[in-house]
Amino acid sequence: MNLPYSSTAANRRAPHAPRVFSYAAPRHFFPLAAALIPWFVALAIVTGLIGLYIGLLRVPADAQQHDAFRIIFVHVPAAWMSMLIYLAMAAWAGVGLVYNTRLSAMMACALAPTGALFTFLALWTGALWGKPTWGAWWVWDARLTSELILLFLYFGFMALHASIDEPRRADRAAAILALAGVVNVPVIYFSVIWWNTLHQGASVSLNSAPSMAAPVLAGMLLMTLAFWAYSVAAVLRRVRCIMLEREGSADLLNAKTEGG
Amino acid sequence: MLSILALTARRELLLALRRPAEIVMPPLFFLVAATLYPLAIGPDNVLLRAIAPGVLWVAALLAALLGLQRLFAADFADGTLEQALLAPHPLLLTVWAKVGAHWLLAGLPLVAVAPLLAIQYDMAPQALGVLLASLLLGTPVLSLLGALGAALALNARGGSVLLALMLAPLYIPLLILGSSAVHAEAQGLGSGAHLLLLAGLLCGTAALAPWATVAALRVALE
Repeated sequence: MNLPYSSTAANRRAPHAPRVFSYAAPRHFFPLAAALIPWFVALAIVTGLIGLYIGLLRVPADAQQHDAFRIIFVHVPAAWMSMLIYLAMAAWAGVGLVYNTRLSAMMACALAPTGALFTFLALWTGALWGKPTWGAWWVWDARLTSELILLFLYFGFMALHASIDEPRRADRAAAILALAGVVNVPVIYFSVIWWNTLHQGASVSLNSAPSMAAPVLAGMLLMTLAFWAYSVAAVLRRVRCIMLEREGSADLLNAKTEGG
Repeated sequence: MLSILALTARRELLLALRRPAEIVMPPLFFLVAATLYPLAIGPDNVLLRAIAPGVLWVAALLAALLGLQRLFAADFADGTLEQALLAPHPLLLTVWAKVGAHWLLAGLPLVAVAPLLAIQYDMAPQALGVLLASLLLGTPVLSLLGALGAALALNARGGSVLLALMLAPLYIPLLILGSSAVHAEAQGLGSGAHLLLLAGLLCGTAALAPWATVAALRVALE
């Protein structure tokens, strides 16, 4: 048996260690992820449908932007997710680098494509919004440019990971690159404050009353929740695939039949 | 410590001097790339003056990417890097020496060639001064971040395309600050703030990038 790690590791767990840490082992996380995915898929569908219903059917058209503003229900949550997922990816990568845990590196890897997808979605819906309101698909505005850099950072992370053959070494190299790129995230977030260019200021902030009508805010938050749930489901699904690819399927498939 | 730094840097410079063709390459590429723009766009002096800062900075950035892949590759292949890792002095010194040598060989020549290109693009003397200052502050950042990229790419397939894909997003803030410094000077707005920000960027990168490079080298060598 040339299993990549000892299958008795869980039994030797220190008695005072919280149970949650045992899920750091792919063997235990694999069935947990399988059990969680349907819940998050269901949550994504339900909140997404309600959010779209509010956004597309219930909320009246904007006084200035008419129906064009409705893209806000996809655009803003996607932009939030694009930055948040990068932070999560860099955090997992950092944890993997420091503690040398396999699962965190796999999580970082699994997050990258979803993050790139949301970055692309934010840019694309931004272009669709920009054409009717600004009159141009693309403007070299500070926030758009820095969001584009974010997309390139995701591409760089995935390209570096893909071009190193040994997975463990690829994890660590890509983690260093992810941490180096983290500098860019605050630049994107504050770009509407630091540079007074075309993109409008933040629509929602924690320390002031929302500047938008309650139904709009509700729709947007529901869509954000839907995107969150979708991301969790997609990432868990992807991390399961990565585990199967890397750890050899036999042990994990056994764990699956044992743990449900 | 200092003697090790000096010895490593001396070795790098000597190795490079034995192969002079590689030293000439980046500034030559810089010249050729920057010459292509007027040929493609047309010899309109007003337009050329307007695009000069951006074009020269992009060309300098691409020229700096050229030889980067070789920065650690030869030492990695023949085991010198492993010896540096095992040696009693910190790997950080080796990285610093290599980055310094790389800047002297690949960064400084770009600054030296820049006035020639500034004449071709009909730049004003003040704008040229700012261009030189911004390149002097910016090319070390290219070398520092470039070393990180080169260290990360050591075990990777994909070569220089991968390096460009990794480094381009990290280079972009530098590119924006560098070219907008020259723009601001050309428009009479003064470039002090931009140059200070560039200097800050240089300090930040000098403080952080070598550590990350050492970490990346350890990953490659483990």
